Amino acid sequence: MNKTRVGHRLRLRHLLAAILLTAPSAALADSDNYVEIGRGKALATAGDCVACHTAPNGTPFAGGLALQTPFGAIMTPNITPDNATGIGSWSADDFARALHEGRRPNGTRLYPALPYPYYTRVTRADADAIFAYLRSLEPVSNSVNRSTLPFPFNIRASMAVWNALFFTPGEFKPDPAKSDEYNRGAYLVEGLGHCGACHTPLNALGANKNDRHFEGGVVDHWTAPNITNDSQAGLGKWSVDEVVQYLKTGQARGVLASGPMKDVVENSTSRMADADLKAMAVYLKERGAAGSPAPTPVAASDSRMKVGEAIFVDTCAACHVRSGEGIPRVFPKLAGATIATQDDPASLIHVVITGGQAAATATHPTAPTMPSFGFRLSDEQIAAVVTYVRNSWGNAAAPVTADAVKAIRAKVTGAAD
Amino acid sequence: MVRRLPRKDVAIVGLGWTGSIMALELCRSGLDVVAIERGPWRDTATDFNIGTAPDELRYAVRHDIFLRTRQETLTMRNNSSQTALPIRRWGSFLPGNGVGGAGSHWNGQTWRFLPDDFRLRSKMIERYGEGIMPEGNQIQDWPMSYDELEPFYDKFEYVLGISGKAGNIKGQTQAGGNPFEGSRERDYPTPPMKQGYSQELFMKAAAGMGLHPFPRPSANLSSAYTNPYGCSMAPCTYCGFCERFGCSNYSKSSPQTCVLPALVREPNFEARTECEVTKVTLSGDGKMATGVVYVDANGEEWEQPADLVLLCAYGLFNVRLMLLSGIGKPYDAGTGEGVVGRNYAYQTGSGATAFFDNVNFNPFAAAGSLGAALDDYNSDNFDHGPHGFVGGASITNAYTNGRPIMYRPTPRGTPTWGSAWKKAVRETYQRVTNVGAQGSVMSYRANYLDLDPTYKDELGRPLMRMTFDYQPNEIKMANWMAERCEAIAKAMGAKTTQINRLNTPWNVVPYQSTHNTGGTVTGSDPKTSVLNRYLQSWDVPNVFVMGASTFPQNAGYNPTGTVGALTYWALDAIQKKYLKSPGALVQQ
Repeated sequence: MNKTRVGHRLRLRHLLAAILLTAPSAALADSDNYVEIGRGKALATAGDCVACHTAPNGTPFAGGLALQTPFGAIMTPNITPDNATGIGSWSADDFARALHEGRRPNGTRLYPALPYPYYTRVTRADADAIFAYLRSLEPVSNSVNRSTLPFPFNIRASMAVWNALFFTPGEFKPDPAKSDEYNRGAYLVEGLGHCGACHTPLNALGANKNDRHFEGGVVDHWTAPNITNDSQAGLGKWSVDEVVQYLKTGQARGVLASGPMKDVVENSTSRMADADLKAMAVYLKERGAAGSPAPTPVAASDSRMKVGEAIFVDTCAACHVRSGEGIPRVFPKLAGATIATQDDPASLIHVVITGGQAAATATHPTAPTMPSFGFRLSDEQIAAVVTYVRNSWGNAAAPVTADAVKAIRAKVTGAAD
Repeated sequence: MVRRLPRKDVAIVGLGWTGSIMALELCRSGLDVVAIERGPWRDTATDFNIGTAPDELRYAVRHDIFLRTRQETLTMRNNSSQTALPIRRWGSFLPGNGVGGAGSHWNGQTWRFLPDDFRLRSKMIERYGEGIMPEGNQIQDWPMSYDELEPFYDKFEYVLGISGKAGNIKGQTQAGGNPFEGSRERDYPTPPMKQGYSQELFMKAAAGMGLHPFPRPSANLSSAYTNPYGCSMAPCTYCGFCERFGCSNYSKSSPQTCVLPALVREPNFEARTECEVTKVTLSGDGKMATGVVYVDANGEEWEQPADLVLLCAYGLFNVRLMLLSGIGKPYDAGTGEGVVGRNYAYQTGSGATAFFDNVNFNPFAAAGSLGAALDDYNSDNFDHGPHGFVGGASITNAYTNGRPIMYRPTPRGTPTWGSAWKKAVRETYQRVTNVGAQGSVMSYRANYLDLDPTYKDELGRPLMRMTFDYQPNEIKMANWMAERCEAIAKAMGAKTTQINRLNTPWNVVPYQSTHNTGGTVTGSDPKTSVLNRYLQSWDVPNVFVMGASTFPQNAGYNPTGTVGALTYWALDAIQKKYLKSPGALVQQ
């Protein structure tokens, strides 16, 4: 890379840091397209567009990632400004329509894998800024097979029915009874941030269960935890500053972002302005608490707990420490960790089977890794150690069965049933 | 055909400790940096996974992360009357291979040399007169003092998170530390490691003899730590898989744990792995480097132009690259003239083995640097007058491993196989400890490195030839130290002891020490040194050389602490002086 490009990149980085996402409309009126592009980049970052629209080792935004849904894989499209394979021939109206209505320029419907039920809340000005940014990218020719879903989900017209049932179009409306900061947070969390796409459980048709908003969901066999203000499984014990620190650095309260949240932190939240992260944290903390009440912990004398403890001491304690306290910034704390006390134990089971890596950010560049143990722990052993972690050091959550482990193992490793 | 690549500001040869530190800091100075490393990329997550990392057969026996002699080897002889032959398997020393270099598989002892070590020649002659200097020696003062290096030792220790106990803070002696050490600005960043029972006995016995034991400074961390680059480490679990292994627990300071996580985020950094630099290219008049030439994994040759070339490979290979590139005048042992390859030195190992009754030392609960040491017989901390030798040794009691394949201690005279051997192993394993002396080796006219006249590598380049043997001064010193060690072992309560004298002639086969020094030494006089006091080539001022090849002679310590301090020292000169006004930083 030559010096000019490095300098350009550094200048852009500094400029972005100075632009808050909800910059006053004076900035929008500015005819300097460079500012519009910069604002659009910051917005695209908040929306984490790059995560879905980039294939493994592919060019950013050129699409081709197989997005796993309960209905099959959807290949994400190319959103670079290539005329033939990207959005080169799109107008700003076309782009806003996709975001707000879930429709392509020709009127056919998009799947809600593009989270238009959230993006519908994005203002037109912000949609235009994102479009301006995408138009500034280098066009990349990359044809993506957009017909990977099996019958009957491949019938796009069926989305009309889905939309009638589950989609409420309309821009974000601030709550006049709440602070500007809360509303800004709500706009980001419920709009571009589309946090509910993972953190809200889905119904059988792949729509959010709106009565259980943010109570935790499962994505790609990972648990996206409860992010209401619930103190058993949610953010109840977290301060606003700790939520900000987590989003900014991928680490807080002994918790390290991993699984799909690693990508969200690395691509999106760690690159957002502090004031926007604080607004998101304020919104999440103030919007209320909901979740299942804490169960009675499984007794330490239970045979599953005894087996689990023996495995924990042999296999886990060297890093996570006998007391479950972990090591700050390197090995996650398990005592009091909400990921351990979610109703759904998918993340714990998944990480024991496959291992995982924490997010790397500018402030915390070390990205510690847990190795996989699936090759040497049986389903029964994993069930026992996960049950032990979920019910030790003050944690309380339902025990885990070997069948639950077996089901996840089959999906994450492709092991035969 | 050599294909020319776009110019870079800085080309770094080798991505171990010195290369990664230079790369990070120079990227942050705004320069475009490329590091060219002949081995593979390695990081903790993928290469040192806890599920596979503690595999003694793969790593310790079969040398998985070491250099392969197929990649590069040396020819070796004890003296210039012999014919040197190529080393076919690394033995006495174990150069690293791949990103992290030997800094991935080291034990982690991180010492500062003593103030006297930096002005050894002057100090010896002042105190004892010319008569004490050994025959044929080429001992030199360093061109910088301990006090000048102190802030850079400090910087390196805080990047590594070294665990230890200071013995001298701002001139004030600190109880429990090493009272002989040079004055330091502040204590180590993390407390000392927990010592084992054997070390408790050693410290008690040594203190009872009027000696001054202390816990060794360690890059196996005693507690969680985050360094100034934001890189985080976890406390050591005393698993005993340090030397010859990468650390899976983020507990051993290495480029992987301390520097690379920050470096890989720098947008103006690029690493090219599995690319071997074959030479530094020079301008027509030979006074400036124009870049480097390297061969990639497919055998294709590339020229990488660069304004600044930093040789950051393992010391021996920096020497060879200087010789192959024609930078500096090669040393001629016949005439004593020339400098590149001059003052090669090594270390001595001697001591005593101590056999006890009714103890369980649990040697498997170990770490690379866990141990206690004393410096009463190191450098010039004792009166050399009555002994008639120059130099000294740090004396230690330590367990670096109790691993099942290679740690099978038995008393001398035990059969080497069969039921009697098994019985002896069973009886000895828990009841034996060792008091060892790691001794300095001086520089001599007869010990040197040059290009081999016969043997060539795959690319047709001559191998480097090592001519080395222990000289009478070192034999005398090491064997005197062995007696000191035996006295301590007896005071520890050993039932029987066995003295281990220095084996001569030096043999390249059994493992001894990877602490090779010299060949591109730093000095004040271009007639006796390759580099000026800023580790800058006297002859080609846009070439700097890092590593232990810069030491004028060896000391009784592990070299990495001083290698790190010198790196930050040279970096400071590059940033503050060279980049503002490129050229020679010291006038000849």
